[in-house]
Amino acid sequence: MAERSFAKEVEQLRIGAGQEFRGEGILGITKALLECGVGYVGGYQGAPISHLMDVLADAQDILGELGVRFEANASEAAATAMLAASVHYPIRGAVAFKGPVGVNVASDALANLASGGVTGGAMMIVGEDYGEGSAIMQERSHAFAMKSQVWLLDPRPNLPSMTKAVRDGFALSEATETPVILQLRIRACHVHGAFEARDNQRPPLSVAEALKAPRRSTERLAMPPFAFRHEQEKVSKRWPRAVEFIEANGLNEIMGPAEGKVGLVLQGGMYNTVLRALRRLGLADLQGNSRIPLYVLNVTYPLAEAEFLSFCAGKDAVLVIEEGQPNYIEQSLAHMVHRAGLPTRVQGKGHLPMAGEYQPSVMLEGLTGFLSEHGIAAADPRHRAPNDTARPPLPDLTPHVPLRTPSFCTGCPERPIFAAMKIVDQQIGPHQIACDIGCHLFSILPPFDLGGTTMGFGLGPASNGAFDGGGERRPISVIGDGGFWHNGLASSIGNAVYNNSDGVIVIVDNYYTAATGGQDILSSRAENRSKITDNSIAGAVRGVGVKWVREIDRTYDVTKVRDTLTEALTTPETGPKVIIASSECMLNRQRRERPQRNAAIKEGKRTVVPKFGVDEDVCTGDHACMRLSGCPSLTMKALDDPLRDDPVASIDESCVGCGNCGEVADAAVLCPSFYQVDLVHNPGRAEAWIARHSARLIAALQRRRAARRLILS
Amino acid sequence: MTEHPLSLTNFQPDADGLITLAILAVGGQGGGQLTDWIVELAEANGYRAQSTSVPGVAQRTGATVYYIEMAPDRGGAPVFALMPAPGDLDIVIAAELMEAGRAVTRGFVTPLRTTLIASTHRVLAISEKLVPGDGRLEGAPVMDALEAAANRCVALDLQRMAQETGSHITACLLGALAGSGVLPFPREAFEAVVRGSGRGVQASLMAFARAYDGAQKGEPPHAATAEPPRPAIRGPEALQRRYQALTARLAALPEPVRALAGPGLEKVVDYQDLAYGAAYLDRVEAAVAKDSAARDWAYATALAKHLANALCYDDIIRVADLKTRAARFGRVGAQAQASPGDVLAVTEYMHPRGAEICGLMPRGLGRRVETSPRLSHWLDRAVNKGRRYRSDRLPAFLMLHALAGMRPWRRRLWRDETETQHREAWLALADGRLAQDYDLAVQTLIARRLIKGYSDTHSRGLGKFDLVLKGMALVEGRADAADWARRLITAALGDAEGEALRGTLATIRSFA
Repeated sequence: MAERSFAKEVEQLRIGAGQEFRGEGILGITKALLECGVGYVGGYQGAPISHLMDVLADAQDILGELGVRFEANASEAAATAMLAASVHYPIRGAVAFKGPVGVNVASDALANLASGGVTGGAMMIVGEDYGEGSAIMQERSHAFAMKSQVWLLDPRPNLPSMTKAVRDGFALSEATETPVILQLRIRACHVHGAFEARDNQRPPLSVAEALKAPRRSTERLAMPPFAFRHEQEKVSKRWPRAVEFIEANGLNEIMGPAEGKVGLVLQGGMYNTVLRALRRLGLADLQGNSRIPLYVLNVTYPLAEAEFLSFCAGKDAVLVIEEGQPNYIEQSLAHMVHRAGLPTRVQGKGHLPMAGEYQPSVMLEGLTGFLSEHGIAAADPRHRAPNDTARPPLPDLTPHVPLRTPSFCTGCPERPIFAAMKIVDQQIGPHQIACDIGCHLFSILPPFDLGGTTMGFGLGPASNGAFDGGGERRPISVIGDGGFWHNGLASSIGNAVYNNSDGVIVIVDNYYTAATGGQDILSSRAENRSKITDNSIAGAVRGVGVKWVREIDRTYDVTKVRDTLTEALTTPETGPKVIIASSECMLNRQRRERPQRNAAIKEGKRTVVPKFGVDEDVCTGDHACMRLSGCPSLTMKALDDPLRDDPVASIDESCVGCGNCGEVADAAVLCPSFYQVDLVHNPGRAEAWIARHSARLIAALQRRRAARRLILS
Repeated sequence: MTEHPLSLTNFQPDADGLITLAILAVGGQGGGQLTDWIVELAEANGYRAQSTSVPGVAQRTGATVYYIEMAPDRGGAPVFALMPAPGDLDIVIAAELMEAGRAVTRGFVTPLRTTLIASTHRVLAISEKLVPGDGRLEGAPVMDALEAAANRCVALDLQRMAQETGSHITACLLGALAGSGVLPFPREAFEAVVRGSGRGVQASLMAFARAYDGAQKGEPPHAATAEPPRPAIRGPEALQRRYQALTARLAALPEPVRALAGPGLEKVVDYQDLAYGAAYLDRVEAAVAKDSAARDWAYATALAKHLANALCYDDIIRVADLKTRAARFGRVGAQAQASPGDVLAVTEYMHPRGAEICGLMPRGLGRRVETSPRLSHWLDRAVNKGRRYRSDRLPAFLMLHALAGMRPWRRRLWRDETETQHREAWLALADGRLAQDYDLAVQTLIARRLIKGYSDTHSRGLGKFDLVLKGMALVEGRADAADWARRLITAALGDAEGEALRGTLATIRSFA
């Protein structure tokens, strides 16, 4: 079960022609896939495309009714490999994953797929994780399209354009026998909007039907001698046909006035930011009417040379608005102008920064610079407005506002693992620690400050390879259950076994790919109606030959995690030492248990709700507990006591009673301030009797002692 | 001082009726829900709207931004922007004080244009919590700037309103937005959206109404501002009379000293007994005799404060005493919000080490055990482990009750001997410096603040205290000795690892 349910929203996927579809960009894309008669869908979750996988998983009934096969692929490579179904069969297929990291993983399959080409439309929907809010290194997926000769669509970020791009993409793919990439930026994935729906189409040939009459053709095989032919075919046939299709069907858009001294050439995804900047400069209105000619590249690869050159005709200069680097588009366009001998200047980077997201202020500045260079007076509101000299300038608040880095959620089962690791580091000495991708990567941030590298999903232990020989202290690596199944079993665990690694591998098993929104994977404990779960990580690890395996089935037992880590780091045994630390992601667990618990309380069933507290008289305000926790619910409170300078620990109402505070206080021998309160709703009769009588006796003892001393407050 | 990026932007009602709105929240605060509500509200009232967000890892307790644009539906499809632009925002909603400050630093709040709706409560960032002393950033500079930065500022403690109405801050933020009147929709339209959400509607509507009124009329006085009257001192008559005799001595103390000696006396007597309190007052009075009004009684005041804390060292008896009191049981029950019929199970997390048990031994025995490596190792092995005690059940309660009952013997135990020695040495040091360097003597007393906590934390605190005293000894005699002492204490409180303290010490060694 994913973090977010789309069960209600997916009902909209059934609507037909003429009705208005309202919702998130991702949901609109799904609807467009169904309208295009897609035969199979799949992908691998990851921001900003996770919700597409969630939508597909929640839409399985609708997909089933239409005869559409849904695979939750093991990785982006597996997803792209699945597009092989479109190689010989005229079946449309689409897979989704994040870019550029997912595209990196997919690139092997992508190159093979692109070489032979496809019969049915094949589409990769790539959520480009770039700019503000991104969790990964800043690169572009663009280069993959260029090197494999697949076409790259970058539609304007509104639902009508994005859904049209799905239709155009399939048609382009089939017309050119080439897979296509539909690229969506972070905000486009989550933009809320509307478009006019069409009827869903059953695939003309379903994947199930295709199995009745298998097809093959060695012509499509990506190996010599065919591969040599494919390369020629890519440039002599597929590319020209693509350009022809793009121009003939108007996939790119020319907007604004027909004539103009200068024009703007922009990636479709940049459109809204460009239009808003123009509007602020008084050069466009809210409805999108621009006073500067625009050439909107809804297809950013290949570029339509003739179309572009005709846009340039009569213009002094064009500004290429291309986000990220290198500036492939600008270079190509400049080359075209040069080759054609046009006097038009192609400008781009320089007015706009080479690297980094084109945020509104960057865009405003870039456009202002370009336009004023060409004598177009921009009506910048800053220059029109009267000076407000009455107000003093604002003080710089930066030193007063704390950075707020993301961290483990309240009750996260990974926190105690890193608390234990930090205690071990303090006891034995610092260790070389390699991290992986996933929530557990928050270990690199305060308060834990553990680990310094991440080399890719499932590659944490592999990235410690050079240290596998061991030394004074063993290297530690961390990998999540998501990374383990994605790639880690072979690349990291198998690798460590084969190389007789001396390292310690901690597998953080929280029952889901939690960082991407809690999707199920092989080892998820939840029952999944269409997938096979509950497969053992320990079994797989032993299966590839690991001898030293320890399973911890409650990560909150900090003492046990600490002792197991210490054992792994000191045991004389050779070979990789694998610790599988398992506890359910608290976000998902709460979402699952809270409604059940509330129902049980209402029904009068015995229900225990745990919470933690701090005795503020006992706490001395040293905050050692927080340096081993960072839990959002463990916070501070100033006491109304003139004798005490420092705020004491305090646990707020968001506490879910995971136990980390008490366990850490125990394992690190901190203080006796923490207590756990189990609130027992609807207790049993015996339990209530004991509690009543214990309380009575305790109260009597308290009264007796109180009577002999001064009670001052 | 920096110039506001677009402080010159004038507010002109947008010809297209475009309204831009950003929501800044801490991940997990429900910014997504609020966004959905506002979009629904706009669309139900003749507007076209678009929202965007950047979900992803920031949702895991990081700083998040949601962005909404809306314009009256006049046919056609408006081109809405996907990102908030500095200087181009009509409304900014910040779900926490520092997020409001962040909105200002990012240029989202413009003096002539932006209506800022902010909750003034704090969600502390991790960096603020890690400091061994008080690492909280001051809210006041941010609060002051909000007023100046915005065209209009509605700043209320919306989290408190949410708690008091048993709801979530999301409903309060919507209420404050409605109450501010900045959106062209009536109150009923907002409430309809809340009703439509289906879950916890009654509580949400109450929270909404509180925030709505708050935005219109200002914050109602804090419900808890009326301090409950202090309960009268209770206990046996004879003890009360003797205690009153002690409190009578307070009246003779100068005002600033009295302000701390009062609570100090109470603390010491509560911790041990009246004789302990009398001894405390003797020390305070002696300090006053050596001090003067010209110095604002700084020495005697510091002594009154830090001596009280030093006398009340944290031992097992104290912990057992605090944990078994009736008032504490009441506090735990109230915090758990138990309904009648519910049962509370209270588990104490304790981890005594050999040293703490040794401290509970009579002087002679304690000294023997502690000075013998073999015995202390044996003792530590026997007791050093985590223990969970169900203090709501008789067996554990009786044990804690008995430990707390050792109070009358405390002065004869080994721990008291070591504490007394340490304390006397410290007091003598401060006293000795009083004549030469008054300020350094005061700082010597204040350094006591570094000793706190239990077990390892306590030893680390002691270690820092020793280092700071060593540093003070190095600068003793210099004119700026007290300044260096102050620096040493600040450094020691600043980080747990002691890096800053070692750095300051190294600097001192370079010249002293």
